[in-house]
Amino acid sequence: MSRIIVVTSGKGGVGKTTITANLGYSLARNGRKVALVDADFGLRNLDLLMGLESRVVYTAIEAMAGECRLEQALVKDKRQHHLVLLPAAQHRNKEAIDPTQMKEVVGQIAKTYEYILIDSPAGIEIGFRNAITPAKEALIVSTPEVASVRDADRVIGLLEANGIEKIRLIVNRIKPDMVQMNEMMGVDDVLDVLSIPLVGIVPDDKRMIVASNRGEPVVCGLPDSIPAIAFDNIARRLEGEKVPLLDLMAAQDNLINRIRRLFQG
Amino acid sequence: MLEKLFPWVSPVNSRSEAKRRLKLILAHDRAGLNPQMIELMRAEILEVVARYVEIDPEEMELSLESNERISCLMANVPIRRVKAKG
Ligand SMILES: Nc1ncnc2c1ncn2[C@@H]1O[C@H](COP(=O)(O)OP(=O)(O)OP(=O)(O)O)[C@@H](O)[C@H]1O
Ligand SMILES: [Mg+2]
Repeated sequence: MSRIIVVTSGKGGVGKTTITANLGYSLARNGRKVALVDADFGLRNLDLLMGLESRVVYTAIEAMAGECRLEQALVKDKRQHHLVLLPAAQHRNKEAIDPTQMKEVVGQIAKTYEYILIDSPAGIEIGFRNAITPAKEALIVSTPEVASVRDADRVIGLLEANGIEKIRLIVNRIKPDMVQMNEMMGVDDVLDVLSIPLVGIVPDDKRMIVASNRGEPVVCGLPDSIPAIAFDNIARRLEGEKVPLLDLMAAQDNLINRIRRLFQG
Repeated sequence: MLEKLFPWVSPVNSRSEAKRRLKLILAHDRAGLNPQMIELMRAEILEVVARYVEIDPEEMELSLESNERISCLMANVPIRRVKAKG
């Protein structure tokens, strides 16, 4: 049985595409057969983050219309042989496809691949419904900000209403120094408010931008960096392994921390 | 003064403020209730309760809380005295 997992958030720009790319890469490197499905029709991004944009010939639209075979539309990753991407159409809008078609095409892919990660667009309209309809599990991405957490909560409610029971949280873009100064919510705060199981945390890190510029997920280009370890850990937890949470605070040893420790004894 | 220098010791900070606001917003979101509806409910509950007991409308509190994804409506109505029957 393949795992069909949607990565979604409600709010835009919180890291869905980045997380889909990195988890997909990490799972494939561990020997899994992984297909990434870009469900962000009209605003496709996943091909860029994977550095596969020049290899896109067909998209999900042609595959669904029978204008090409599904295998022809699946773009193979340059680095991982078990990793493919089904690109979204860039010149069509979200209405070009409906949830039934999406479910059918994902069902086809599920015959060959063990993991299917669906990168959902922001919002809760048709594009979101296309992304969640085929899914059996969901990863909710939220940053520790009020608007993001609120939207995440809304989406959790919608997923539950659609019969998706396995819903887990990824808190992205954590800034440990700000949390420590009580200037920002921490993981525990977000968890307390949303009350769904946590599957991982990812720090805010400049290297994420560098990686996206290169078209190379951090887990691939900078495998020893803290964000890369964070993604590898999430991939392992998806596989059922028990992996302790990264201590992001300990990774920080700045002046403020040292002064604080001085005062706190 | 000390709290300005060391903001993390202050109990009122940006972090707790964010969490407090979120809890309130989510309680309303999850129940699908807006402040106007709460106010309407408050007025109606007050009306019903006032038929049986004497209360001070100003003292009644109606609030929404949410825990473990379940919303809970809480009314707090201090009673002055029970009305005589008939
Ligand atoms: N942990 C992180 N640290 C630093 N930058 C990050 C992090 N995660 C994501 N970003 C940056 O945030 C931006 C948005 O990320 P991304 O495109 O993955 O979000 P999204 O949720 O897919 O957005 P959309 O809703 O538009 O599809 C990108 O520039 C990305 O590099
Ligand atoms: Mg995206």
